[in-house]
This record gives sequence, C-alpha cells and structure tokens, in this order.
Amino acid sequence: MIKVNNINSFYGKAHILNNLSFDIAGGEVVAMLGRNGAGKTTTMKSIMQLVRPKTGTVFFKEHEISRMAPHQVAKLGLGYVPEERRIFTDLTILENLEVGRQPPRKDAPEWSVDILFELFPNLHERRNNRGKTLSGGEQQMLTIARTLMGNPLCLLLDEPSEGIAPVIVEQMAKTILELKKQGLTVLLSEQNLHFARMVADRAIIIEGGEKRFDDTFAQLEAQPDIKEAYLSV
Amino acid sequence: MGLIFAQLLTGLANAATLFLVASGLSLIFGVTRIVNFAHGSFYMLGAFIGYSLMQVLPGMFGFWSSVLLAGLAVGVIGVIVEILVLRPVYKAPELFQLVATFGVILVIQDLALLTWGPDDVLGPRAPGLKGIVRIMGEPVPKYDLALIAITPFVLFILWYLISKTRIGILVRAATQDREMVGALGVNQAWLFTGVFFLGATLAGLGGAIQLPKGGADLLMDFNILAAIFVVVVIGGMGSLPGAYVAAVLISVLNVFGVTYIPQSTLVLMFVVMAVVLLIKPYGLFGREEVAGEHGQVGEPERPIKPAGTRGRIIVGGLLVILAMVPFFGSNFAQVLITDIIIFALFAASLHFILGLGGLVSFGHAAFFGSGAYVAALLVTHANSPMEIAFLLAPLGAGGAAIIIGWLCMRLTGVYFAMLTLAFAQLIWSLVYQWGEFTGGDDGLVDIWPAAWLNGTTPYYYFTLLFGIGGILLLRHVAHTPFGYALRASRDSMRQAEATGINTKRIQWAAFAFAGAVAGLSGALFVFSKGSVFPTELELAKSFDALIVIFLGGVKTLAGGVVGGASLEFAKDFLTRFEYWRLLLGLLIIFVVILAPEGIVGASRRLGERLGFVDDGEGRR
Repeated sequence: MIKVNNINSFYGKAHILNNLSFDIAGGEVVAMLGRNGAGKTTTMKSIMQLVRPKTGTVFFKEHEISRMAPHQVAKLGLGYVPEERRIFTDLTILENLEVGRQPPRKDAPEWSVDILFELFPNLHERRNNRGKTLSGGEQQMLTIARTLMGNPLCLLLDEPSEGIAPVIVEQMAKTILELKKQGLTVLLSEQNLHFARMVADRAIIIEGGEKRFDDTFAQLEAQPDIKEAYLSV
Repeated sequence: MGLIFAQLLTGLANAATLFLVASGLSLIFGVTRIVNFAHGSFYMLGAFIGYSLMQVLPGMFGFWSSVLLAGLAVGVIGVIVEILVLRPVYKAPELFQLVATFGVILVIQDLALLTWGPDDVLGPRAPGLKGIVRIMGEPVPKYDLALIAITPFVLFILWYLISKTRIGILVRAATQDREMVGALGVNQAWLFTGVFFLGATLAGLGGAIQLPKGGADLLMDFNILAAIFVVVVIGGMGSLPGAYVAAVLISVLNVFGVTYIPQSTLVLMFVVMAVVLLIKPYGLFGREEVAGEHGQVGEPERPIKPAGTRGRIIVGGLLVILAMVPFFGSNFAQVLITDIIIFALFAASLHFILGLGGLVSFGHAAFFGSGAYVAALLVTHANSPMEIAFLLAPLGAGGAAIIIGWLCMRLTGVYFAMLTLAFAQLIWSLVYQWGEFTGGDDGLVDIWPAAWLNGTTPYYYFTLLFGIGGILLLRHVAHTPFGYALRASRDSMRQAEATGINTKRIQWAAFAFAGAVAGLSGALFVFSKGSVFPTELELAKSFDALIVIFLGGVKTLAGGVVGGASLEFAKDFLTRFEYWRLLLGLLIIFVVILAPEGIVGASRRLGERLGFVDDGEGRR
C-alpha cells in the first residue's frame, strides 16, 4: 500500500531523514516508534508531501506520490491526521467535517457525518460548537473524523495518544481497531509503547532519521537491548 | 432636519462603492494574507471598462449589464494577476507579495493611460434613475437611493456565500490553516485564485457602479487606496459586516465633515481610524492576529554579522570612488548621487525597524517629511541659520516618532502598519490643509544651505558625510547590544521578554531612532532641493521606501541601501521613456519573481553557489 524508498528529508539545512525505507501492506496497522526528534513527524509529512523529500521516492498503491502536491496525495486516498491536530478553531464541528469531505471511493469504506457521530458521540453533542471550545480529546477525535470524511484507504496518524486523558486513550485504541476492521491501512507514530502494542501488528523504530528496527512486537520483546537503546527515555 | 437626513442618505450612498471595494480587499487579505496594493487599480479598471461598455450598451439594461460585465472583466484580470504574479511568490517572506502588487499598480496605470488616454471621463447617468426625489423637502438623487438599496443586498450575498456554502467554509478554513486544507484534499491554489477573482470582481463593480457619481480618471487608484485600507482596518481585517459598518461610518462622517468642518476632510477618516484602533486594536469586528498561525513563518533568519575584511575593502573602495566623483563626474552625476544617497539613507532607516525590528511601517515618509518640514519651517518662520535647522530636523522627526511610536506600539503586524499609515496621513493632511503655516500645496521654497555649502560640489560632500555616516551609524547600532535586543524581540518576543528584555521599549526606541534618521535624510533633501512640498509626506513616498527594501532584501543588512540606490538609479534611467511606469512595474515584478530574497539575498546566494562568499556557517 505504501512504499517508502530511501528518502532524505531536510528542514532548511538540517538533515532529518536519512535513507529511510519501509513498506506497509494493505490492511496492516503499523506503529512507528521513536523518541522526540527521531523523525517520526517528518516521515509522516514526507509521505504526505508536506515536506518534500530531497531524494528517494514514495509510492502509494501504484502511484509515485513523491512529486505530487499534498492535495493530490489526499485525493488518492491517503488521510493525514497531524500531531498538532490543526482543527479549524473558528469553524464549527460540522463545518470542520465539511472541509474534509470528499467523494466516496469504491475500494474504501464510506463515511458520513451520521456514521462518524455514532463512532464519536461526543462530537454529535457539540456539532454546532466552534472548534476552539473543544477539549484536547474531542479535538483529537474531530481531527480523525475530519480526515475520515475524505473516505481514505489509508490513515497516517501522528501521535494519536499524545496529550489526551487515559480513559480517552483506551477509547482511541478501540477506534483504531474498529478502523482496521473496516479494512483501513494505518500508519501511526507513537511514543507510548503500551498503546502501540494494543493496536499495531508491527513496529518500526527510527532514531536520528534512520530505521533501526522493523518487525513484530514479539520480536521487539525478544530484543530488550533495542528497546532499551531507542525507546527508553 | 431634512438636510441632515438627506446628508445621511448621501453618506450611505457613498458607502456603497467604498464597501464594495473594501470588502474585496478584506476577502483577499483574509484568505491569502496578501496586502493587495493593486486593489485601487482594480477599482480604476472597473470604472474605465464600465465606461467603455456603457458607450456601446444602451438603455437601463445596458447600464446594469455594463456594471456587471465590468466587474467580471476585472475579476478575470485579477485572476491573471494572481496566476502570473502572485503564485510564484506565495512562499516568499511575509508581506513580500505587496511589492509585487505595487509593480502591478504601475503596470495598470500605464496600460490604462494607453487604452483610455490621459483625460478624465465623465460617467454616464444611469438610465431610468436620472432625476431626484424630494425627501422632507431636500433633493436626493434617485441613483443614490438605488445604491443604498443595493449595498445591503451585496453584503447579504457575500455573507451567505462565506458562511453557508461549502466554498465559504473552505475559504474560512484556508484563512486559518491553508496547508491543512491542502492535506485534506482541497486544491488551495484554486481556492486562492477564486478568492482573488471574487475580490477583484467586487473592486471592479465598485468602480463601475460609481460612474454616474464620479466618472473615471487615472488618479482614482491611489485616491481610494487609503480610504479602503482605513475601512478594512476599522471594520477588522477579513470581516465583511465590519467592512460595511466602517464604510458607512466613514462615508457618513465625511459628508457631515465636508459641510460643518471643511478643513477636516482629509484628516477625518484617519482620526476615526486612529481612535478606533486605540480603543479596539483589531478593529470593530476583527480578531487578534497571531504571528505565524497561518503556517507561513518561512525560513529562520540568518544571523547577520559585522562586515568581513572583504566587505570592508569593497565598501572602502566604493567610498573612495564616491569621494572622487566631483573630480571626474559631471554636475548632473553629483546631483544624481546626492539624490541616491539621500534616498538610500531614508530606505536604510526604514529597513532598520522593518528588517531588524520586524515592525512593518506603512508611514515612514512621515518622518522623512517631518525632518524636511522642521528644517524648512525653521528657516522660513524663524529665519534660523541652516546649521541649526539641519541639526533640529532629525530631533523634530525623532520627537514625532516617539509620539507616534508610543501610540502604535500596542499593535502588531498589519494593524501596526495601518496605524502608522494613519498617522502619516494625519501629518500629511495637516501640512496640506494648514496653508498659512506650511504653505499647503504650494510648499515651502527658498530653503538653501548656508553660503559655505552652496553649490553642487560642497553639498555633495556634505551629503556624502551625513548620508553615508547615517547609514554606517544604523549598521553599527545593529551590532550593539541594543541591536541584539531588537533582533531578539523580532524573532521571539516571549523568549526575549523571558531573558529580561523590555521588548516594547526596545522597539519603541528603535522606531524613534529610525524616525530621527529618516528626519536626517529629509533635512539633507530639503537643502539639496531648496524646497519641500507635501508630496514628500505622501503614501507613495512611504511605499517607495517599502518597495526598495523588499527589493533590496529585508533580511540582509545592506538591503535598504542597495535597494534604494538601485530604484533611484532605475527611475532616473526609465523616466526618460514615455511609459516608464510600465517598464518599472515590470522590472519590479520580475525582480520579485526571480529574486524573492531581494537583490542582496539573491546575489549572496549566487556568490555562495560560485564559492565566493561564506555561507554563514563557515562553509565555502
């Protein structure tokens, strides 16, 4: 579904991603783990073309997306949920969802405002409230719901568990598993190993913009030195 | 009572055009964050195109079709401008695009001159609405009543479009975070183009619809510019109801002003704006601007360093050449270089607060003019010797900058810029209308330097000494602790405050200092020309300085000087041609597109690529 090939990404002169490559198969949920500053968000943005890799290619399905504009990437069915949430604070919840709306796609589950309100009942109650009045957890749900309105095939979830209450984290995990059941492919970045293990089939660990590990959680447990080196704070 | 009501109606009718044009400006700014200086030009085009159409389309239907078609035609022109000129520079540093729009103003001015000739045209009267009706015994033109009825209708349509339709929702979302809108699958480039189309259409409609009241002429672009900026700022940037309320407020006050305090006409709207902004810093319906919230902070600033050995040698060599000019150059060359140095000093002083301080001033000419007028007034009214007048001029300008700076310092970003513009216009209109004291439009003449400086060559050296001295002083201050504090306040106000810098005070001091240096250049100017006119205080003068520092490069120390010298030089060359505005406008647009970092930034980058210049991180 996604194929990242030897990408190198920069912020100005700072070299953030270093020859990074990985594949994600259709229907898989993959967790990208690593410390703050390891390059997780940059990887997400480099797939979405919000940061343009200087060298290397990114494929989504059969399309090479590494020369496309972000809106074209989104149109192909890649949904991006940013870490900072970036909801439109002056727009109501309903309007936020409207921004994300795209025509349905035959190979992906189809979402509507009503279905999403079933998945996120809190949002329904506050549908006419402005984005700025929402709590952190509600904002996180709105961001996911907004992206789902585009009927994506694949979700890029940047640190979904960050900054929200523990109860909601659990709810978030259920939501992601529900999305998986619907057939969505998910790449999520995480610092919370516990959360990642709950939802993901596979772990990719990056550090200093390079891939250090790419295998199942069982394998990760079997290699405590890797866990120690790249995940402990 | 009848008269007052009739005047109220006149004010409301005048508000129609103002609202149409200003709402377009507000929309464009709200979404694209571009301060579109060319908006007045769109308005002018609407008037001329509408006029031409009305010549061929007869009757009432023809008249209103002409108005609509003129609007749409201008909308298409707006799209062309957006695609050709603005798209390439969206990623450029904030406000850089306004330089491009300034180039567009010049191009449109000459194209209009080419197409419609230099004469003013009288607008046809609207068929079917030619007469007057009597309301409470007072005559009110029927056309005024039509305008009063149309405006709220337009406001409603716009309001509906923006708040109820999908396009409107996308536009509002893009206002807040355009990158995110793109990541959700919306092609925001076309959204921007669409907004530009709508904004330009509104300006064109405004121009065409006022034809029966005002006609069309080649000055109307600049004449409306200040007023629509005032309306947008009073109403709150990006707020449509705000634009309507402000347009009505300004127009009605203006009608009463003309009747009861005619001396106030030019000043009135700026006084209103200043009062509103001092009470409600973000306009009546606006909301606070947070820097960088629109995802366009741009690349981090490069630290600037004291000149290296090579730089010193080049500058030293240049100075030696300049000092030799009187020995081999003509009289004309000396006069030209005198002009260039004076303008470069003025531009450098603006660059000091804009580039180093991050404070965008749209009214810097106020201090240049203050310096010139303080000197001229002292000579004219107090018979003071040139030396004293010359010394007091920068102090006077600095004093003005202290007061204006104190009043403006509570605002930031575009609102700060607009408030400086308001005060600059205030000073301009004061000088313009207080004829007995300032000479008004006739200016002050016979302001010559002292005997020992009288003559081209002595004054050339005098300008060289104070002009270059002023520029070096500005440069030196940039490298003092005060300069560090100023740059720290620009880059991160919070962090600067946390380290104990009183950022507002530092910026205020920098504003005053820059004002004083601008005053120095004004004093040099007045004694070189022997006269001063209110044009030296005009908006266009402030814009000139703004243009050159963006062209030179905001983020470089030499930007102001290099830009100032280049523009003055280019102007001297280009004004020999009949359509020099067209050429200069195109030149500006090309520089903007090809060198978004300005002349200095671009040549440095070129130098780095060729390996001549250090890239700022020790690499060659």
